[in-house]
Amino acid sequence: MGTPNRVKAERGLMRWVDDRFPATQMWQDHLSKYYAPKNFNFWYFFGSLALLVLVNQILTGVWLTMSYNPSAEGAFASVEYIMRDVEYGWLIRYLHSTGASAFFVVVYLHMFRGLLYGSYKAPRELVWIFGMAIYLLLMAEAFMGYLLPWGQMSYWGAQVIISLFSAIPFIGPDLAQWVRGDFLISGITLNRFFALHVVALPIVILALVVLHLIALHEVGSNNPDGIDIKAKKDETGKPLDGIPFHPYYTVKDIVGVAVFLFVFAVVVFYFPEGGGYFLERPNFEPANPMVTPDHIAPVWYFTPFYAILRAITFDLFGLDAKFLGVLFMGGAIAVLFVLPWLDRSPVRSMRYKGWMSKVMLVLFAVSFVILGILGALPATALRTAVAQLCTALYFAFFLLMPLYTRLEKTKPVPERVTG
Amino acid sequence: MKKQLFALLFALVPLTALGAGAEDVPHSMTPDLSNQESLQRGMQLYVNYCMGCHSLEHQRFARAAEDFGMPQDLVEQNLIFSSDLAYNDQMHVAMTREDGDNWFGAAAPDLTLHGRLRGGDWIYSYLLSFYKDPSRATGVNNAVFDMVAMPNVLEPLQGVQEKVCAESDRPIEGAELDPLTGKYQSCEVLQVTQPGAMEPDEFEEAVYDLTNFLVYVGEPSKLHAQTLAPKVLIFIFIFGVIAYLLKREYWRDIH
Repeated sequence: MGTPNRVKAERGLMRWVDDRFPATQMWQDHLSKYYAPKNFNFWYFFGSLALLVLVNQILTGVWLTMSYNPSAEGAFASVEYIMRDVEYGWLIRYLHSTGASAFFVVVYLHMFRGLLYGSYKAPRELVWIFGMAIYLLLMAEAFMGYLLPWGQMSYWGAQVIISLFSAIPFIGPDLAQWVRGDFLISGITLNRFFALHVVALPIVILALVVLHLIALHEVGSNNPDGIDIKAKKDETGKPLDGIPFHPYYTVKDIVGVAVFLFVFAVVVFYFPEGGGYFLERPNFEPANPMVTPDHIAPVWYFTPFYAILRAITFDLFGLDAKFLGVLFMGGAIAVLFVLPWLDRSPVRSMRYKGWMSKVMLVLFAVSFVILGILGALPATALRTAVAQLCTALYFAFFLLMPLYTRLEKTKPVPERVTG
Repeated sequence: MKKQLFALLFALVPLTALGAGAEDVPHSMTPDLSNQESLQRGMQLYVNYCMGCHSLEHQRFARAAEDFGMPQDLVEQNLIFSSDLAYNDQMHVAMTREDGDNWFGAAAPDLTLHGRLRGGDWIYSYLLSFYKDPSRATGVNNAVFDMVAMPNVLEPLQGVQEKVCAESDRPIEGAELDPLTGKYQSCEVLQVTQPGAMEPDEFEEAVYDLTNFLVYVGEPSKLHAQTLAPKVLIFIFIFGVIAYLLKREYWRDIH
């Protein structure tokens, strides 16, 4: 077939598809004619990277499921079977276990970008809320996934976290038992966590990712200046500061992908245990309900919230410390959902906000990291005091936001993006 | 902006430095998985001295033979003692858990993942730290694992080690540094008082080989990973350079 004929045939085929399914329309709406601000910086790589890691988790997860045995008797041995007897099983497993940590690294940086440039502010409230829902489910997904290798830390980590439900007054103990499906963590718990981890939660997470992107593409991407690029358009209706996502950001994101994959591969091949933070040492011993490990620490991405939980050591308003700790931990995540309504600043980006917002953001980021470190360490009196201070700073960032964003003097926002 | 980024990155550094689960032990060793002779000697020591009680439930003879460059017939003749075990089998032991519990108070644990659970430094130090203690049923105690149920199975090689009062160049827990000699004075120094089949240096090497073998058993894929890694990294690097050039070409249009 000659070239003109082939082009004709392809056009004919595309038309045939387009008459039945909006393929070209979707391609244009989301890629080739989706206009993104041209001044995206380093921080804007992490959205596409999160998508990449999600795909990695799903693909490696599917292959792990082929050889994994979800039973209390067989789980631990099946993981070692994957590590030793399955062709490239070790690589698939490390891609998955390191991928879980990488997911949280990119998601935390992605969220920090949102805080930095006010990407949660109107009209992007729903983008933020869908994102937060993804984050919340991701934590559930990671928590349930960590039980599956059925090592000592899998078991006792789950034991500690599920027992938090029992701190809830009246219904607590029954609720914890209902979640476990047994009087203690057992094969029953393992089986239900497996079902939720490989089927239920991934479906919901994928659906939320689609909603996150649809909401984003409806209102358009924010940018480091926090300017609405749709306000200035050329005669054809294209934003003056916008460029088509494809090819410009697809080729740019591929560079980000290469850099990410390089770092990721170094960890997967040389440091899959992540210094004991990605795979904890006690997890190389099968779960033993009769022996509690000396020091139970959650995986690093949960440690900030674990530190908040442990920081509450006092009773208040007739509520006991344990339940109060659970409330604070839940509150630390819940408060993120209402962030769009806490920020009363007339500007979006930190570039044009006043000094108070900048100081508060730095304090927040620093206290979050300190909480993360403290959550991984055994508690001492001094550490608890530091954790209490950091918890106060964490909440101050959010709860004082309506005040400081209104009081401070902002800088004028330029008409066009500054690059 | 960049400052904030760096602040964030530096704030994360202590996380990797902290490590988790590592204990303070008197000796350290650096595993060398490329040293096939060491791994072969380690495996030989393991099947002769350890495998009476400690299984390696997830380690196959065949896999070790392949990785250490040992021919099948040699392994079958010299390293597989039980007629119940075949070349492709995992390294099981004949002793049941019940017998282990009855005879030693606690069944000897499976050691497949001990190299990862405890780490090479711990295993190496533990095996070097048995000392004579007549108050114990086994006649020995261990400076790294107090009141351990395991006897010093390597005693024929090591000889009898005892706690003596002596000077040591190495820091000893609870011992004070003598400012005149620059040495540590302690009555907790472990010294061989009745020689065994090996000289102390020779014995330390043997224990190194055995530890090296156990570190290998913990993660045999590490050998594979280390050979594959450079290829993957070079591929990603070249891919990254091409991707960057492509990006630069496209972005020429954007001002």
